[in-house]
Amino acid sequence: MKNCMLAGVGGQGTVLASKIIAQAAMKEGLSAHTAETIGMAQRGGCVVSHVRIGEDAFSPLIPKGTADVVIGFEPAEAVRCLPYLKEGGAMVVSTKAVQPVTASLSGCSYDAQGMLAFLKERVNRLILVDGEEVCRQCGSAKVLNVALLGAAAKAGVLPMTLKQIEDTIREKLPERFLSMNLKALAAGAEAVTGGKMQ
Amino acid sequence: MAKQLVMGNEAIGLGALRAGVGFVCGYPGTPSTEILETVAKHNPGDVYVEWSVNEKAAMEAAAGAAYAGARAMVTMKQVGLNVASDPLMSLAYIGVKGGMVIVVADDPGPISSQTEQDTRHFARFSKLPVFDPVSPEEAFEMIGDAFDYSEKYQTPVLLRPTTRVCHGCASIEMDQSRKKITPEGFLKDSKWVIFPRLTYQNHKKVEARQPVLGEDFSSYRFNEVTGGGKKGIAAGGVSAAYAKEALAQMGECPKFFKVATPHPFPERLALSFLEGLDEVLVLEELDPVIERELVYLCGKHHLPVKIMGKLTGHTQNAGENSTESANAAIRSFLGLLQEESKQAPLPSLPVRPPVLCAGCPHRASFYAVKAAMKGKKAVFSGDIGCYTLGNASPLDMVDTCLCMGAGVTVAQGLHRIEPDAVNFAFIGDSTFFHTGIPGVINAVYNETDIVLIVLDNATTAMTGHQPHPGTGKTMMGEISQKVDIAGVLGAIGVGHVAKADPLDLKAAVAAVKEAAAVKGVSAVIFESPCIAVTKPGPTYAVDAEKCTGCKRCIRELGCPAMVLENNKVKIEPSMCYGCSVCAQVCPFGAIGGEAK
Ligand code: SF4
Ligand code: SF4
Repeated sequence: MKNCMLAGVGGQGTVLASKIIAQAAMKEGLSAHTAETIGMAQRGGCVVSHVRIGEDAFSPLIPKGTADVVIGFEPAEAVRCLPYLKEGGAMVVSTKAVQPVTASLSGCSYDAQGMLAFLKERVNRLILVDGEEVCRQCGSAKVLNVALLGAAAKAGVLPMTLKQIEDTIREKLPERFLSMNLKALAAGAEAVTGGKMQ
Repeated sequence: MAKQLVMGNEAIGLGALRAGVGFVCGYPGTPSTEILETVAKHNPGDVYVEWSVNEKAAMEAAAGAAYAGARAMVTMKQVGLNVASDPLMSLAYIGVKGGMVIVVADDPGPISSQTEQDTRHFARFSKLPVFDPVSPEEAFEMIGDAFDYSEKYQTPVLLRPTTRVCHGCASIEMDQSRKKITPEGFLKDSKWVIFPRLTYQNHKKVEARQPVLGEDFSSYRFNEVTGGGKKGIAAGGVSAAYAKEALAQMGECPKFFKVATPHPFPERLALSFLEGLDEVLVLEELDPVIERELVYLCGKHHLPVKIMGKLTGHTQNAGENSTESANAAIRSFLGLLQEESKQAPLPSLPVRPPVLCAGCPHRASFYAVKAAMKGKKAVFSGDIGCYTLGNASPLDMVDTCLCMGAGVTVAQGLHRIEPDAVNFAFIGDSTFFHTGIPGVINAVYNETDIVLIVLDNATTAMTGHQPHPGTGKTMMGEISQKVDIAGVLGAIGVGHVAKADPLDLKAAVAAVKEAAAVKGVSAVIFESPCIAVTKPGPTYAVDAEKCTGCKRCIRELGCPAMVLENNKVKIEPSMCYGCSVCAQVCPFGAIGGEAK
């Protein structure tokens, strides 16, 4: 049983990323379960996807303290899901903060560096990805999800290889989005090998 | 056959197709929406699929199809069943010929709903059988069973999945076979006409059927009793999955009763579970339905078994369950030590209330009404849809929200008690058709002054952009005649009906001022499509030289594309939809964009 959790803000594309992980696992003949946040929270609220790979999952939700990997689409959401990470589990986190609208209203943004420092102290396998830079390279902020998959797969913290993720993307994504997403996958992987790994 | 990753709702839709469903209708509502959409997407061509105008219409249309011998499915969320409860209660007496399954999705939490009501009560209330799947896999099988039971007993049947089953995905082996059903057609018979005498006779039949169904369900394949010992756990729906996961974590296997048909209760099976037990812990979401059934059975059969759950304070009585909550409840039930949390406390985290999308036309509509009413006494009644999010600051433009269509009528009651306030009622296009129109007629008829603001974004946005009577599209794809909102309002006697583009703030504010000055019912229809059904315009940007940092744009609009950086406003280009409203609000002309 492998548990992967994806945490972000509504609109960041966690649902697609979790589908890709689940489908890549199924291509290997494994069974997969996912649970998504759909509804009001998709308008800028906190969203979490749970992916459970293997036969022995009863619950659709990952119990606390049992996630093998948490992929944080932004620092505060990664911290929010830390209680789900198992001891010795890995975290892949995009360093770019998504400030809630309430923050710009009140003029007090949350401290992203503080969140990252908190994670550094508590997570032994923490892989930070400069999500902003990767998206800039790809020319779209919409590909952060696939870029983070690239980083996670390259770092070896997903229960599948980068190649398997790539094959799944080729198979499942519509033709017109393919080249941009493959570029993002490569850029995400590159961000890990490129020495941005901490 | 290859396994596919399917969502619970897709599994229900595909399972219905496999069971030979011929007629599917419903009204969108989280977490039920994707069921009907799945049938439409995989329609082999001979299934009639429609989004109905509301749940009552859907329930009645489905009943008609089932009278004529087709297998019919109607889908809705839990609060939708309140709207459809009138036909439901009568239909329980009349029954059906073809199988009819009413799929009602409950939302423990609630995650995206206005109530935490429990549809299993509706099953008891209407005396209809209800199926409660534990997982997408089981839901796929159960929908077929539900049709079979419906035909066997000639009664509509409820299938009640909950959010975690609806929106969970599983890898399921799909067989593409399809049951062939050829409807016999409608045979005229007095049994289709409800009359007091018929009701009395059928009431007796329905009561006589209850224990027969309970007996039948005692051997139903998804109800099961396993394990042994003096302590037992009973669970239904997704809570059974949480309980099993928690038991696996702690390596315990007490006697276990998985309840897949909470009504009529499978009494014989339940007695075999209760036999020899001292204590039972019940795990279920929403209301203590299984718990009460077990308490009742213990009383009826003089069993010395202590039943624990919500009624005794042993489990939470609101919100959704989880493996963690099941784990804690089972540990104290079995007398095991609680797991200690090794987690250090987290730093304080930002709250993220959901907000209207960047570029959402509703933001401009709310802003225009607010600007037009500045300094005046006004109350803003809201309704159900994305525009409920207009309550968030800085707009703060939803003073009341109750249920579908209630904004129009609540405004009237408010106005009769406080006539010196201008009473606005905001309603979306889909909600207007759903239950809004009678409320407007009520105001016209009783001559109550309200200003109706129709937020027409040409779609049912919150549930994922379904067509409705005003869009000219149906679920069968063909273009039907559009129902014109202004035409409807004119026809029911609203004297002043104006249309305005909310993204043109000046004109929008003027339209609101004019409507507010009218005696009687007046209406402004703000027409501007949801950003999800239209192409983005060129993005806007802030000229850092001209921006004085007054933050007026942020303070008044709260568009999520605008962020504050070093006391200057910045527009995040990846999020901006180019609606131009911020540029119209900035007093220094600092925000510009390419001309649209
Ligand atoms: S134009 Fe202004 S208000 Fe409209 S989406 Fe862009 S930043 Fe937001
Ligand atoms: S989905 Fe459409 S209607 Fe809903 S908040 Fe976004 S833009 Fe507005």
